[in-house]
Amino acid sequence: MDLKLDHHSEDRLTIVEVEGEIDVYTAPRLRELLIDLVNKGNFHLLVNMEKVDFLDSTGLGVLVGGLKRVRAHDGSLELVCTQERILKIFRITGLTKVFGIYASVEEAKEAHGRDK
Amino acid sequence: MATVELTFSALPAHVRTARLVATAIARRTGVEESLLDEVRLAVGEACSRAVEAHRLHCPGEPIRIELCDDSGRFEVIVTDAAPSDELERQERTTPSLEDFLGKVPDTLMSGFGIAVIAGLADDVEVFPSQKGMRIRMSWPATPNGLSPV
Repeated sequence: MDLKLDHHSEDRLTIVEVEGEIDVYTAPRLRELLIDLVNKGNFHLLVNMEKVDFLDSTGLGVLVGGLKRVRAHDGSLELVCTQERILKIFRITGLTKVFGIYASVEEAKEAHGRDK
Repeated sequence: MATVELTFSALPAHVRTARLVATAIARRTGVEESLLDEVRLAVGEACSRAVEAHRLHCPGEPIRIELCDDSGRFEVIVTDAAPSDELERQERTTPSLEDFLGKVPDTLMSGFGIAVIAGLADDVEVFPSQKGMRIRMSWPATPNGLSPV
């Protein structure tokens, strides 16, 4: 399955919807989107990965790159993910300590609201 | 004896094909369903690493995968033709969390690929050399598989 990307803003939070496979072939599109969002002043990103079928280290690299960019503007990049097969790669690489990972968009929005 | 051999040019689009082929053969070889995601991810990581290395050093050379079902295990060998000295040095140093947010470029997460493979397959060997890198990994499979491949 190819990669589908969409995004919308709610208050100060930009929600990025990702569907499909994030790998060495498709990850550049996600990277471009994240860079574009940051360049346009969106510094608080929430990436919804509930419809992601596959994520490899290239995709992780893109997410880490996005996190570096938003942090340069005192922003945040957090994730929504409950799929064990996706969470596993975050655990293997230790990135669960780097990203805020939530069980739902609502939960992430609540946490983001508390942090304001 | 290799059950299936596949060669592909160093294009990112072909990595998905390699993943699909490996997963299909793993299933038919009798690898448990619960392990298929690990096979898919580990093979994808090995092939992605090889594609990146070939694009840097030898974009015209093909990457080779062997998928074997000998002795009750499903074995995958990914062989590239890119000199691996530099990559080897990077990959033997597991990136720290500081690296993730600091100096490591997001286009090439050095060391990630093999670190992920090592976390996924219970049997992994990496053979770097000047002529290229060979990654061998295997998973338990039902003896004789589910059906002839």
